[in-house]
Amino acid sequence: MNVLDHNEEFARAATAVPDTSHRGILYLEDISVSFDGFKALNELNLYVDDGELRCIIGPNGAGKTTMMDVITGKTKPDSGSAFFGQTLDLLRLDEPAIAAAGIGRKFQKPTVFEPLTVFENLELAMSGDKGVWASLRAKLSGEQRSRIDEVLEIIGLKHERSRRAGLLSHGQKQWLEIGMLLMQDPRLLLVDEPVAGMTPQETERTAELLTSLAGKHSVVVVEHDMAFVRSIARKVTVLHQGSVLAEGSMDEIQNNPKVVEVYLGDEH
Amino acid sequence: MITRLILSDRGSRWLFAVLIAAAVLVPVGNLLVPAGSPLHIPTYTVTLLGKYLCYALLALSVDLIWGYCGILSLGHGAFFALGGYCMGMYLMRQIGGRGVYGNAELPDFMVFLNWQELPWYWYGFDMFPFAMLMVLLVPGLLAFVFGALAFRSRVNGVYLSIITQALTYALMLAFFRNEMGFGGNNGLTDFKDILGFSLQADGTRVALFLASCLALGLGYLACRYLVTSRFGRVIVAIRDAESRARFVGYRVERYKMWLFTFSAVLAGIAGALYVPQVGIINPGEFAPLNSIEVVVWVAVGGRGTLFGPVLGAMAVNYAKTYFTAALPEVWLYALGLLFVLVTVLLPQGIVGLLGRLRLRRRTSETTAATAEAP
Amino acid sequence: MLARTFLGRLALGWLLAVCLLPAAALADDFAERVAALNAGSFAEKQAAADAVAASGHPSAVAVLKALLDGKLHAAPDGRVLIVGADGAVDAASGEPVDAVAGSSRIVINNRMRAGLRGLIAQLSLGHPDAEVRLQAVRDMLPAMDAAAAAQFREALATERDDTVRDLLESGLALVDLDADDPAVRLAAVQRLDGRLNPTVRARLQAVADSDADPQVKAAAAAALKRIEGKLQRYRFVETLFFGLSLGSVLVLAAIGLAITFGVMGVINMAHGELIMLGAYTTYVVQQLMPQHLGWSLAVAVPAAFLVSALVGIAIERGIIRFLYGRPLETLLATFGVSLLLQQAVRSIFSPLNRTVATPEWMAGSLAINPALSITYNRLYILIFSLLVFAALLVVLKRTSLGLKVRAVAQNRAMARALGVRSARVDALTFGLGSGIAGVAGVALSQLTNVGPNLGQSYIVDSFMVVVFGGVGNLWGTLVAGLSLGVVNKFLEPYAGAVLAKILVLVFIILFIQKRPRGLFPQKGRAAEA
Repeated sequence: MNVLDHNEEFARAATAVPDTSHRGILYLEDISVSFDGFKALNELNLYVDDGELRCIIGPNGAGKTTMMDVITGKTKPDSGSAFFGQTLDLLRLDEPAIAAAGIGRKFQKPTVFEPLTVFENLELAMSGDKGVWASLRAKLSGEQRSRIDEVLEIIGLKHERSRRAGLLSHGQKQWLEIGMLLMQDPRLLLVDEPVAGMTPQETERTAELLTSLAGKHSVVVVEHDMAFVRSIARKVTVLHQGSVLAEGSMDEIQNNPKVVEVYLGDEH
Repeated sequence: MITRLILSDRGSRWLFAVLIAAAVLVPVGNLLVPAGSPLHIPTYTVTLLGKYLCYALLALSVDLIWGYCGILSLGHGAFFALGGYCMGMYLMRQIGGRGVYGNAELPDFMVFLNWQELPWYWYGFDMFPFAMLMVLLVPGLLAFVFGALAFRSRVNGVYLSIITQALTYALMLAFFRNEMGFGGNNGLTDFKDILGFSLQADGTRVALFLASCLALGLGYLACRYLVTSRFGRVIVAIRDAESRARFVGYRVERYKMWLFTFSAVLAGIAGALYVPQVGIINPGEFAPLNSIEVVVWVAVGGRGTLFGPVLGAMAVNYAKTYFTAALPEVWLYALGLLFVLVTVLLPQGIVGLLGRLRLRRRTSETTAATAEAP
Repeated sequence: MLARTFLGRLALGWLLAVCLLPAAALADDFAERVAALNAGSFAEKQAAADAVAASGHPSAVAVLKALLDGKLHAAPDGRVLIVGADGAVDAASGEPVDAVAGSSRIVINNRMRAGLRGLIAQLSLGHPDAEVRLQAVRDMLPAMDAAAAAQFREALATERDDTVRDLLESGLALVDLDADDPAVRLAAVQRLDGRLNPTVRARLQAVADSDADPQVKAAAAAALKRIEGKLQRYRFVETLFFGLSLGSVLVLAAIGLAITFGVMGVINMAHGELIMLGAYTTYVVQQLMPQHLGWSLAVAVPAAFLVSALVGIAIERGIIRFLYGRPLETLLATFGVSLLLQQAVRSIFSPLNRTVATPEWMAGSLAINPALSITYNRLYILIFSLLVFAALLVVLKRTSLGLKVRAVAQNRAMARALGVRSARVDALTFGLGSGIAGVAGVALSQLTNVGPNLGQSYIVDSFMVVVFGGVGNLWGTLVAGLSLGVVNKFLEPYAGAVLAKILVLVFIILFIQKRPRGLFPQKGRAAEA
């Protein structure tokens, strides 16, 4: 019976669209997670507006990755609530259901499907029916092909389309992963350290891409590279010891004495 | 589409060429060439080849989950044996009144145990279509339930291997019990005929061999279809980056569950074809060692290719037949060494080795060509 | 008949008083008395038997028992022999002799039989060894009569051993059960309350079924019920002990695996064969020192540790280190090693089982009461496995090797950065786990057949225990092993041994679905990876 309930839940999530009538797309309230007594998240509150580009910064161990794990269903919090739009309770969904509802995630360490070609990676990420039976009969339509080509163009891997993803350079893998996110066409993108290991040119292009995505999609970026954050951020949230320390524009954050003490202070 | 599946891959072309040749030459050599001729193929050899084909199908089923999806089952022998038992039950019922005790209803071992009537789960097995349905359903259902439980709770890697081993071990212990009603220690044997044809007749043996060829060919095609479809790319994606596949939106446990079930059904079919050819099925088939041996066939041939396990099953079993007859002491040493050497030195198996050799030859040819050019 | 026994006893008392003769004379004298048993008339035989009993010779009971059982033969040359299934001995000297042609059985009649029983009981009840006295009383209980009761009363006067006294009193109460007066019978029933001897239970059952007096009948039924309750509790304790014993074997077999699999993450399918090597080492040690069986196990424990540890290190250095990070390949390669080791043992020692002797101090059992006895070998192995467990905990928690092992297990790269030579630690850890497998083999050699397949039967169980307990948690392994053993033994009476095992396996399979990380999981982000 339990199993059945779950399936219905999944089915609903798969077709559901986040209700963003109140402008917000992500609501995290009083989220706490602990591992063996260590509080990774401590009553965290975070709200992201629809179409917003938000940067999240914080020292190591501040809980950034754990927060992403909670949003994408990998980790279940001990307490608190997490909603996608007004109505979708993220805590009741598993990872594929959350992905289907429109949340895409890019990992800190680029993870792509290494034995498959670049093209196949994008094909698998493409939004659509991801069920077992559909995958058995799936055939790419012309429209879908041109969508993949389009994304290949955007991420600059047009000439690598038939190469095995495992043979790409580190930066190319980062781009491919971003491309997979684009193929998923999510409402909310969670991007963990997108420019780690990129050349300055690549970093610049990534900044351009992310800012161009905002508006149509909501984007949450976790990043250590302060120059990068400065270049894209409109609103920045600082995490410290599992909860929000400060929130505001980059200038406000930089002048916030608490932030200077715990985070920026370390850099200077 | 079938021609595309066969012709688009070098291994597949070879396999089908050999299978078709065997399906023509073996019956001719056995039935048409007179017994005295050097070209005559004795019935013993026909049956032996048929047995190898069943093993190849079993190896294929293990490779499909291990090579393509990273699920190492150390209990696939259980599905093979269950398919075999379903066939065995049909063959048992076919004996009818010709058993030692002459009881038309009850198999000999039940009469021996003083059982008065047929247990309910033996009903229907006197009908061939029902028995064949069970050959598919019993292993399939067990795998489905087991897979649903295991994959839903994300039992992975080594843990899964160990519990599959526990599964086949538990089944072995269960089938050893007389109370189970499957002949206990001795299993099911003394079969007389199948579909009215005597199992001892050359014609039946050849027909069973042909059925094995057909089953392997169709099984191979089905696997080939699976791994070349998007489904195949998804399971490879799951193998190498399971959580990424989840975040992209694939419900990993369902893919694994259905793949595992399909693989178990293939194993069951292999078992069902195996039993009439060897003439016996007993709980020894559930032994964990048997299941692990299958894994070695796959590893030797080359996992992650469909041609590899077929080649591996044939090669290792030919070696086994040879060694156990000529040098029985040596066989377990050889098998043990094979495990160690293949995993440490030849992770891609024979197919991988062939690929590397071909690559080297091609590069040396091209260097030779460029050297001659000026 | 009563009078005859009485007279016999009088004569015996007198003879006992007189017969404090010098030892040398005693032997000759005893031979004469034994020879006299081959007399013409029953009366003469009886007198001779009395004389034998009165001799105070240590073999007297054996001779009388042989006479009673019809095993006493007279040879034509006048010697008297005890003829058993495995040859004959001279009754007087106790030395083995060849069977003599023409010897004939010394025949006795029923009357003599009664007399002989009395004499044997008399002698046994006065035996200096309490164990012999206890056995004598136990043997006499089913056939209590007034004469036996008189002997019991006499014995009670001097008996100091509580267990023997207890049983003697039971015997007297049994006689009272036959009394005509219901009050006496009732008192007897009350005296028998709570006694576990099977004869007592059988008699009480008879009384409860058919006594003429309803009050006695009810009392007997009530007493019987209480005895049954007590028996049930003891049976529970016994099953618990058997369960713990099986569990301790599981713990021993699995604890080495808890190190190699739990701490290092290496799937060693040859673990069972390392156990087998330990058992074979015990066999070899015993072959090398056949004169000192008692000490053989003490020598075998370190020897087996070394043998298995060295083989383990060889496996780690030769194979496993090339496969770190590829657990499934490790599993297959070590499975190959297990086949090689099995076959090697078959080639060296033959495929047949070898017998490993049990030293005397491990044999026998500790009888706590008539319903509960504990075999020494199982008891010692239980204690031994706890000791091994404790030793392992100390090694891991208190030594520098243990610290390094845990460091490498938690974060290999970090440990290396801090100067831990991880390759050496890997080899030593694997050696430690393998060595413990060898030690387990020594213990198992005392419980099961030692053959090439010894290891195979433990490998699945061992993995189950480690996984059930929670990988990387030694305490989990201990709890899991013991509890699985106990559950198995408690299921056995209902389901039978094989089905119990199947049920336990199925239970674990389902349990792992529910809690993939076992009873005591390691938590934290590192464990998720």
